[in-house]
Amino acid sequence: METTEKYHFDVVRWFSVAAVIYLVVGTLVGVVIASQLAWPVMNFDNPYLTFGRLRPLHTNAVIFAFGGCVLMATAFYSVQRTCGVKLWSNKLAWFTFWGWNLIIVSAVITLPLGLTSGKEYAELEWPIDIAIAVVWVAFTVNFVMTIANRKSSHIYVSNWFFLGMMIMITYLHVVNSLAIPVGMFKSYSIFSGVQDAMIQWWWGHNAVGFYLTAGFLGIMYYFVPKQANRPMFSYRLSVIHFWALTFGYVWLGAHHLQYTALPDWTGSLGAAISIAMIIPSWGGAINGMMTLSGAWDKLRTDYVLRFLIASLAFYAMSTFEGPIMSIKTVNALSHYTDWTVGHVHSGALGWVGMVAAGALYHMVMKLWNTEMYSSKLVNTHFWLATIGTVIYIVALWISGIMQGLMWRDYDEFGTLTYTFAESVAAMHPFYAMRTIGGFIYMLGGVVMLYNVVMTIRQARTNPSITAEPARA
Amino acid sequence: MADKIHSTKLQDKLERNIWAMILMSAFVLSIGGIVEIVPLFYLKNTMEHNKHPEIVWDRKEGQSLDDWKPGDGIRPYTALELAGRDVYIREGCYLCHSQMIRPFRDEKERYGHYSLASESMYDHPFQWGSKRTGPDLARVGGKYSDEWHVRHLIAPRSVVPESVMPNYPWLAENMVDGATITRNMKGLQTIGVPYTDADIAAAAAKVEGKTEMDAMVAYMQVLGTMAKLDYGVSYRE
Repeated sequence: METTEKYHFDVVRWFSVAAVIYLVVGTLVGVVIASQLAWPVMNFDNPYLTFGRLRPLHTNAVIFAFGGCVLMATAFYSVQRTCGVKLWSNKLAWFTFWGWNLIIVSAVITLPLGLTSGKEYAELEWPIDIAIAVVWVAFTVNFVMTIANRKSSHIYVSNWFFLGMMIMITYLHVVNSLAIPVGMFKSYSIFSGVQDAMIQWWWGHNAVGFYLTAGFLGIMYYFVPKQANRPMFSYRLSVIHFWALTFGYVWLGAHHLQYTALPDWTGSLGAAISIAMIIPSWGGAINGMMTLSGAWDKLRTDYVLRFLIASLAFYAMSTFEGPIMSIKTVNALSHYTDWTVGHVHSGALGWVGMVAAGALYHMVMKLWNTEMYSSKLVNTHFWLATIGTVIYIVALWISGIMQGLMWRDYDEFGTLTYTFAESVAAMHPFYAMRTIGGFIYMLGGVVMLYNVVMTIRQARTNPSITAEPARA
Repeated sequence: MADKIHSTKLQDKLERNIWAMILMSAFVLSIGGIVEIVPLFYLKNTMEHNKHPEIVWDRKEGQSLDDWKPGDGIRPYTALELAGRDVYIREGCYLCHSQMIRPFRDEKERYGHYSLASESMYDHPFQWGSKRTGPDLARVGGKYSDEWHVRHLIAPRSVVPESVMPNYPWLAENMVDGATITRNMKGLQTIGVPYTDADIAAAAAKVEGKTEMDAMVAYMQVLGTMAKLDYGVSYRE
């Protein structure tokens, strides 16, 4: 099959299936740790299953395992289609696949063992960090060389976004991971205190800004027009979106450190640019949504398109919420609370998860040249994902704002009204509610996995029913 | 269509040449990070001890870490405290506890004086945290007895019924390894933490027979107690 194909799609198929599996695994770990906060007995007094060790496993599983496989699948898929050539090196692509999955397996082993560098969202220890750098560069080189070999004259916009992500993540990962190894799985960051904090959040926010935003915008710019079968709404808006995002996002990390021991100028600079980022973010969201203008009726019948468009609504919402939260007075309340966690999840579940689902469904149909086994189940997944996300973020809006208000509340005698423990007790119903929201979202992932597996089986056992050629 | 320019000449050029596109993106992407990070390494007012040298321990020739008294100033962690800090990192405590008090009235009353950048200058990596599922720990040192900490770490709900913290019974059983802590202190010395060779040579003996629980308690009890901060002094603008 490989030899007769116009493109190298086998590796894309494997990445796609892996992504769906990791969606279920990553959200499952998320549900477990969410339940641990609601019911601490769920920690089972077992060192390998405590919240503190599983939480990095959850973030690594959803960001690097699920997010990474989605990005690699979609980047390798769309770069071939937009450039009209095969991947520069099929071997390097397979190296990327196996290397990346080996990294994921080593994360699954080391994080529960407590082997961690102690830097949020960059917990993996130095040997794995080196492996990540090597595999990431292999991914980037293959992508760039494929573009260099392209048949088209211009480089399509989705590729700019993927490229921006690849360059920035290389910067971030290399600088933030600089550490002195003291043992096989123990190292200390070479930076300390305030500088380490700034570098960590430069990494932390740009992992969101580039990995989970620029990369997924690359997905949006390819898959939304493809699935809608219409050209992108505005070329100019794409250009502005890309360069404004490329320049602006980098500055935002400092808003995570407002009112801390980070100098005030840095935090304020981060906040100012964060607020300005509403403009390109909304420009991008509008660009995606307006691509449907004149064809809105497609949303009624095309469930895959529904995922893509709903994800843009969540993207617009969380890129509005983020700048609001970076305003100093709002941040004084929201920082350290669940509101931040809710904000991340409105982006992660609503935007990243749903645009990924839309792109994966689209690719599964193209790659196996078939229709989905059940388009009803795609719709079921859509509603589970939407309802799960909404329950989750509403729960954490309430708990987050409540926490912030309880901590700063004074009674009529001018003393603090609540002890910290009282604020913890008040969170319980919302932690239970967020567990339920997360569980519903995970169920959506399970439905997707079932549907994808059945679709592939159907394509393999009965190719005749796939006769209807792909539409776009 | 291919030759029709839809936008500026520069943009058109970038879209036709992958290498130009890479260079331009790499340049634009580097600006924000450079502007925000690099000055933190050389601007004097980033670290408060440049203006208030009294907050850092003025260690005399031949003094050991044992000669330090609470309030003498910021110093590197002792072997036992460092072992505790390694446990703190291993267990992911930073995911629920911050170590960074902000300059607000309620935080001052709840936790104490706002945190200074200099206070974490020997913290590789920093442990400021981003979330308070549990309370801030930047100045937890001296607030509770050692015995309270032991009971709390083994079974948090036995002393704080509302707590959602996991139980950490294994800390009382695991021993601290002298060779590991010596190795770790050497590593930190390489990257600039001012441990003397004598500190490192004495490390293994200091943790002999100690459990991870002892180490955690030592770490908890030193947090925020190093520098004596004066409420009348404005350390930060």
